[in-house]
Amino acid sequence: MSDLTYTIIFYLFAAITVFSAAFVVFSRNIIYSAFSLLFTFFGAAALYVFLSADFIAVTQVVVYVGGILVLLLFGVMFTNKVMGNRLMTDVQNLLPGIIILVAVAVGLIYVFVVQADWYTAGMLQGSVVERIGVETMSRYVLPFEMASILLLLALVGAAFLARFDKVHNNER
Amino acid sequence: MMLSNYFPIPMSMSLNSWSDALSQWYLFGLPLGLVVIAAIPLVFIALYALTYGVYGERKISAFMQDRLGPMEVGKWGILQTLADILKLLQKEDIVNTNADKFLFVVGPGILFVGSFMAFAVLPFGPAFIGADLNVGLFYAIGIVALEVVGILAAGWGSNNKWALYGAIRSVAQIVSYEIPAAIAILCGAMMAGTLSMQQFNILQQGEYGFLHFFLFQNPIAWLPFIIYFIASLAETNRAPFDIPEAESELVAGYFTEYSGMKFAVIFLAEYGSMFMVSAIISVVFLGGWNSPLPNIGSFALNDWTTGPVWGAAWIILKGFFFIFLQMWLRWTLPRLRVDQLMYVCWKVLTPFAFVAFVLTAVWEIYM
Repeated sequence: MSDLTYTIIFYLFAAITVFSAAFVVFSRNIIYSAFSLLFTFFGAAALYVFLSADFIAVTQVVVYVGGILVLLLFGVMFTNKVMGNRLMTDVQNLLPGIIILVAVAVGLIYVFVVQADWYTAGMLQGSVVERIGVETMSRYVLPFEMASILLLLALVGAAFLARFDKVHNNER
Repeated sequence: MMLSNYFPIPMSMSLNSWSDALSQWYLFGLPLGLVVIAAIPLVFIALYALTYGVYGERKISAFMQDRLGPMEVGKWGILQTLADILKLLQKEDIVNTNADKFLFVVGPGILFVGSFMAFAVLPFGPAFIGADLNVGLFYAIGIVALEVVGILAAGWGSNNKWALYGAIRSVAQIVSYEIPAAIAILCGAMMAGTLSMQQFNILQQGEYGFLHFFLFQNPIAWLPFIIYFIASLAETNRAPFDIPEAESELVAGYFTEYSGMKFAVIFLAEYGSMFMVSAIISVVFLGGWNSPLPNIGSFALNDWTTGPVWGAAWIILKGFFFIFLQMWLRWTLPRLRVDQLMYVCWKVLTPFAFVAFVLTAVWEIYM
């Protein structure tokens, strides 16, 4: 495929990511926001593919779409009609929001334009899977193990919170 | 102009030659070959769901229960599915007044796209694959996530308690069973040392046929093989794990409110993912498009039954065999309860998957 085709596909996915992310924020219906997040995650995964990071792209789909988005949808669906009235997003704290938005945007654009050192290496050749595996198990083994211990703690905590409570059950 | 300019498909044995040639095929400057590559799995799903999927399942279930099954339309009822499709096409497209219109319409679409996207990495024989990704297997089991979102959209959009309960049960089941399934597949990936679907097939090639398949290379491989088969039943909502559509409790689960073509699309997605899990299990453990027949002396059965067309036939046959197993189990075993379902997943399959994982690692290091 020609460079023009790649450019068109890139802008297509970039547009999908940006517009769906905007829909997440501006939609008044919280369910639609959650479903729109699906396209944001997929657009981001497609952009990872353009960075030769196909493993990260698939992981993005597995973790964010398969895990986090489903959890989010469960949460939204079960709480949507709890109070009797539909849960809607609302505009609050307009002035502080705008101030934070402008400050963050200006700061980011300043860093991008003035200080960013753009990394312009060519496309990676070959499979990245082996390299990711070797690096994870050698140079980055400590952060990897720390992350796994953190996740284990979260699992133990969740199991403790959801545990069958014998004393409490007897009182009822 | 030569005819070969229009049909640039060489009849050679080299890997991915047909799909590579197709992807280079431009008509009027448009990459039409890419569209054809994407259309082939779509046509395949439609044809197989029409013939083997619906008609075959009805006939197999009938024979297992000592009935005749569809007999009215055509000889032995062969045209029954066509009649059903005509009926579905003519049906009124009903959208409930109180349904969430957008999600109700979009749900089956997301569901089908999710089931169809996995076919991008499915090797239809040595010469044809949609995209030979180096993370192909990971992609194939990861893209199921999209189906989950489609099921939730369909179940929520219907605005029906049965549909919502069916969707939530289905999603909880798919998300839970992804864990033993993924660990079992990881055992296969450890044996192969790759995640590329075509590499899996090449590693299981050889003159002794089935003896080169990973299932027969390693005695431990039977454990992840069985674990993945059980988990794949749950992931495709097949019996005995079909509690999301338990008709005695939930009418029909997340597609209670659907009729006409939307119902047909949901069924097509289900048959698509049924074939996909069967193809994954045959690629990882049973050699994919490799011939299971060994060379015996001067009877070079393996060499005779190897080639692009034979390869496509073998992988489709292996897929159909596992679908037959799924149907067999569906008409043999009763449905599990929700708590039994979660017990099987978390307290039986997951620990055994971990055991298989460790044993496979030990075997791969020391054997």
